[in-house]
Amino acid sequence: MSDIQTLPLAKAINAGLRQAMLDDPKVLLMGEDIGPLGGVFRVTEGLQAEFGAKRVIDTPLAEAGIIGSAIGLAMRGYRPVCEIQFDGFIFPGFNQITTQLAKLTNRHEGQIQMPVVIRVPYGGHIGAVEHHQESPEALFAHTAGLRLVSPSTPNDAYWMIQEAIASNDPVMFFEPKGRYWPKGPVDFSASSAPLHSTRVVREGTEVTLLGHGAMLSVLLEAADIAADEGTSIEVIDLRSISPIDYGPILASVQKTGRLVVAQEAPGFVSVGSEIAATVTERAFYSLEAPVLRVTGFDTPFPPAKLETIYLPDADRVLEAVDRALAY
Amino acid sequence: MSYTEATIQLLNPEGSLVTSDASAEYLPYIDALSDEQLREFHRQMVVVRRFDEEAANLQKQGQMGLWVPSIGQEGAQVGSGFAARAQDHIFPAYREHAVARIRGVDVLDIVKLLRGTTHGGWNPAEHGNFHLYTLVIAAHTLHATGYAMGIALDGKSGTGNLDADEAVIVYFGDGATSQGDASESLVFAASFQTPQVFLLQNNHWAISVPVSTQSRTPLYLRPSGFGIPGVQIDGNDVLASYAVTRKNLDDARAGAGPRYIEALTYRIGAHTSSDDPTKYRKDSELDYWRQRDPIPRFEAFLRSRGEGDAFFEEVRVEAEDHAADIRRRTFEIQDPGTSLIFDHVYSEPHPLVVEQKAWLAAYESALDENGAQA
Repeated sequence: MSDIQTLPLAKAINAGLRQAMLDDPKVLLMGEDIGPLGGVFRVTEGLQAEFGAKRVIDTPLAEAGIIGSAIGLAMRGYRPVCEIQFDGFIFPGFNQITTQLAKLTNRHEGQIQMPVVIRVPYGGHIGAVEHHQESPEALFAHTAGLRLVSPSTPNDAYWMIQEAIASNDPVMFFEPKGRYWPKGPVDFSASSAPLHSTRVVREGTEVTLLGHGAMLSVLLEAADIAADEGTSIEVIDLRSISPIDYGPILASVQKTGRLVVAQEAPGFVSVGSEIAATVTERAFYSLEAPVLRVTGFDTPFPPAKLETIYLPDADRVLEAVDRALAY
Repeated sequence: MSYTEATIQLLNPEGSLVTSDASAEYLPYIDALSDEQLREFHRQMVVVRRFDEEAANLQKQGQMGLWVPSIGQEGAQVGSGFAARAQDHIFPAYREHAVARIRGVDVLDIVKLLRGTTHGGWNPAEHGNFHLYTLVIAAHTLHATGYAMGIALDGKSGTGNLDADEAVIVYFGDGATSQGDASESLVFAASFQTPQVFLLQNNHWAISVPVSTQSRTPLYLRPSGFGIPGVQIDGNDVLASYAVTRKNLDDARAGAGPRYIEALTYRIGAHTSSDDPTKYRKDSELDYWRQRDPIPRFEAFLRSRGEGDAFFEEVRVEAEDHAADIRRRTFEIQDPGTSLIFDHVYSEPHPLVVEQKAWLAAYESALDENGAQA
């Protein structure tokens, strides 16, 4: 029996959090302004009213304090879900995430687990001020002990947040805030894929486009335009940044021979760079062209009036498609 | 920064009990101790100091990469360590060897940590709820506060049953008080009224930087700005350390909120075996604190109560035997297998780590007996 509703991605996360809290009394939400306000993006709206202030905890304004105390709560047997208000504000908590949360299971040689989820609204497209539009996922993907995922659709958001909470390892849950409000179908009856799996979302034969989060809508737009011009594009939603599920990526590249990886983050030492290197190592003889990257520039995220220039759009993706096809 | 008028002392450096308005509140906790418990205070201080000396020697002989001495701080540690109840959770920094031993950790596990055969050493759940050492200064203060938040959420504090209600004690040093995490942990503890004692061992030096660089006011005053009561004790007085920690932990477990104790003590040795304190501190300061050593003071106290030579000789022999046992077992420590690199990075398999473990195994199996490519 399918039970499908149409929801914005933000509301789908809200529904997923609510379900996780109903399923497991050890699940706690903690963060800044997540109680009566429901978070600055209203993702936790209504949850404190339903579950009480002991399970939806408005914390002091201190990211290290949020992550560090979540670690202690996890040691006590809780499953804390921390909200970081904006991508660029995660850095006061960086030490707790990288030197502590990521390493505690290892330091205990497996005798404790760290089921902590860190929700991070990330990325551009909202015209916001400095520190509010960034994509810092590579900094965390480089850290052993963390898992990183990013949904691109409301359906994935609903299921992936629950799967992240069920994980016994720390999971960083990157929410594409530029896609919080467009609606999409959510099938409440069953998850469609494991948490750490990539997914082919559009089949094609000539070029593979790969991205995560808000990039997916850009890639699908580019594929539509290319189709009108007679080029067949395959589009893959990465979904999981650590670990990366290379199977569908390699299968696609073996079919198309061309891969363009797109991301909002700067390209230098990035997720796209890692994928380009790995695909080159593993599918070298299938490649008709070098793996190309379309990324944010290696600069600070610019003032908002320049964000449409900074962020990869369908035209920049298609420029890379043309270059790949020209080899 | 030394003793102030506010410093609570129950045993003066000559080993006599102090009767004052300040001590009156705490002396009943000492009266309640049995002779055997008092002897145990002495035993632990002496055995751990001898262990510390042995470990320093083992480090010099190449058996450890580093040693972290705790000599001089035994009074602060043994008193507070015995003040905790069995159900309490202890979050140490990395110099609390005496507390570790009191809570049931085999101190050889600390040797293993500093030898480089483990990043952890023991399972807190099986060793008196004594958590792992944390080397990133003050990071663990937040873990302690989070754990204490969990106790409160579980309703396991504040019921009025001192033998069941739980509390947390977190150890940190004067250097750690400058870290943001230490302040954030006070903020969270105050906001959520955690059942928790912050136990600052002010040993006066953060490696080479004196406490006056960390704070220009006595550190026990700092928590009052966070809404947490603070108290200063003579940390080289094991009885003050015991009684004041006992009372504050029991207040915290009863639901009165967090408490903060500054134990004034002194790092007689170097910061670690890599340090050279002759480059930055005066002999006169060391002499001042040697005269306030926690062990002779407590021995004088026990002798004044009638304890004879036989007991002190028995403890001396026990300390020698323990040190010899540690030495023998240090030489028997095996290096970890290479699988330790990979096995506990995640609690559920991660393809990258699984793949690299398999690669290393294949690579090693392909090497000849001289370690060269076959």
